[in-house]
Amino acid sequence: MLTAEKNAMVEEIELLVAKYGKDRSALLSILHEIQKRYRYISEYAQQEVARMLDIHPVEVYSFISFFAFLNSEPKGRNLVRICKTISCDMVGKSAIVKTIERELGVEIGGTTKDNKFTVEYANCLGLCDQGPVMAINDRVYVKLTPEKAVKLLSEVK
Amino acid sequence: MNIPGKTERTGPVLFSGYKRGEAITKALSLSREDILFELKDSKLKGRGGAGFPTSTKWMLVAAAKGDKKYVICNADEGEPGTFKDRVLLMEYPELVFDGMVIAGYTMGASLGIVYLRGEYEYILKSLEDYLEEMRKDNLLGNNILGKGINFDIQIVLGSGAYVCGEETALIESLEGNRGEARNRPPYPVNTGFNGKPTSVNNVETFAAVCKIILNGGKWYCTFGTDKSTGSKLFSVSGDCEKPGVYELHWGAKISEVLDLVGAKHTKAVQVGGASGICIPKSQFNRTLAYEDASTGGSIIIFNESRNMIDVLKNFMEFFVEESCGQCTPCRIGNSKLLEGVELIEKGEFTFNYINKLKDLGRTMQVSAKCGLGQSSPNSFISILENFKDEVLNKSNGGRNGR
Ligand SMILES: Cc1cc2nc3c(=O)[nH]c(=O)nc-3n(C[C@H](O)[C@H](O)[C@H](O)COP(=O)(O)O)c2cc1C
Ligand code: SF4
Repeated sequence: MLTAEKNAMVEEIELLVAKYGKDRSALLSILHEIQKRYRYISEYAQQEVARMLDIHPVEVYSFISFFAFLNSEPKGRNLVRICKTISCDMVGKSAIVKTIERELGVEIGGTTKDNKFTVEYANCLGLCDQGPVMAINDRVYVKLTPEKAVKLLSEVK
Repeated sequence: MNIPGKTERTGPVLFSGYKRGEAITKALSLSREDILFELKDSKLKGRGGAGFPTSTKWMLVAAAKGDKKYVICNADEGEPGTFKDRVLLMEYPELVFDGMVIAGYTMGASLGIVYLRGEYEYILKSLEDYLEEMRKDNLLGNNILGKGINFDIQIVLGSGAYVCGEETALIESLEGNRGEARNRPPYPVNTGFNGKPTSVNNVETFAAVCKIILNGGKWYCTFGTDKSTGSKLFSVSGDCEKPGVYELHWGAKISEVLDLVGAKHTKAVQVGGASGICIPKSQFNRTLAYEDASTGGSIIIFNESRNMIDVLKNFMEFFVEESCGQCTPCRIGNSKLLEGVELIEKGEFTFNYINKLKDLGRTMQVSAKCGLGQSSPNSFISILENFKDEVLNKSNGGRNGR
């Protein structure tokens, strides 16, 4: 990472700490925002958060490793998550997954070569009456068909 | 986002119309004791699944010593097949947030925290806008309605861990720790968020409180059964014509629900989500109530075309993934149960081994540290017992439970 980028990130983390406080209880919210902004929480970011909250960097790492939505390694630019819980499973989740894998040339869990998409399974997204359901980043799409899923993905920048 | 907007919903209690602030105005004209008595009369039990009496929990927090106290709204809704809290938050925020303000007043807390699951981030903005409107109307913030009560609400997003719906794991994660459940006792009512007395309640519990304060505990008892008073929101999904959220009296029969939602050729109903129990046709006259088939509201319907071992495998994979790994019965136990399901799937099991796994399940029910590992064997045991003809004896699935 360039020094200028690093400095910009430190400034952002400082702002987050100003917003959420220096107490350890700010960790969940701070990390969530860093994750959202950078799509992952780099080692450098972890160290800076730890320094500002006065805890050990390993504790920040340990926290990140616990949560499915926080990651310490970069993923693709867009995160596609397909609900695999039983109600979505019963209305054709597998067909959606197979189609997406074929269209994007990627296996579930993987990232496309152009780094545009990471495709994953999600546990229950809480839209069980409207499956199959998929989330692209923080938006959700319901009552999918394979065709509709592909169309939605093609509309992503 | 293509989620349908506010549909016209009707129901006996929650879906029956309410104006923002109504219950707060009424509550602030009552003493704290009166509110607790009203709740006691209503016999309201927590709607998050465990069913602890709300008046008792609030009384304990109200009586606990602490310079600060907290009210937490558990909106982590991660149980497979549950989505009623999302509907309440999107369509009836007035009931949920007014209930939180009443909780704050009753227990002497000045901060309420909504722990919203990360999967619901798309409703965060509308909720924050809504809270801002409440502040403008002086229903939130300092000196609420001029009554000298201070209470504010903040929303914190979870980050994709089912176990964080368990109240002590939730609190751990709010404190900046891994979401690992604590030993209980001590309970959050004494040592909750940041060591202070804290009441954690389900979204629907707060909504019910508003209606009880407005209409009285006695009125609330006219709905439901003697032990399960009031109404309940059910999240219905699976094989039926009209899946969705329904508000019903406690005590409704499973068969009544199936008729209501247009379920045909039903062979099984999973009550209570992945951590609940699977009920066969022969028991469809059982009632949904704390004293019979108890549930946080998830109802998943399976028709005769479904393979119950697929269902069970889906549930067990979920628990293996979501176990926090802190205690052995749950970490190892769920993996062993899943392995057992895979053996059955391949037809390579022995009855002897499956019986041992059921024993393991019963051991987990009593020895796991938190509700996740205590309830994860429920579907394993109930599916293998209630559907053994199909699953273990390879007979026609449609005959199960007859
Ligand atoms: C693994 C696990 C997940 C849970 N998830 C939730 C949840 O998403 N929402 C909820 O209200 N309660 C959940 N609970 C129950 C809570 O621990 C707690 O009992 C509840 O929030 C108390 O609120 P109530 O008394 O209003 O029901 C969960 C429990 C366990 C063991
Ligand atoms: S029962 Fe499971 S989720 Fe609960 S503490 Fe033990 S390992 Fe963690």
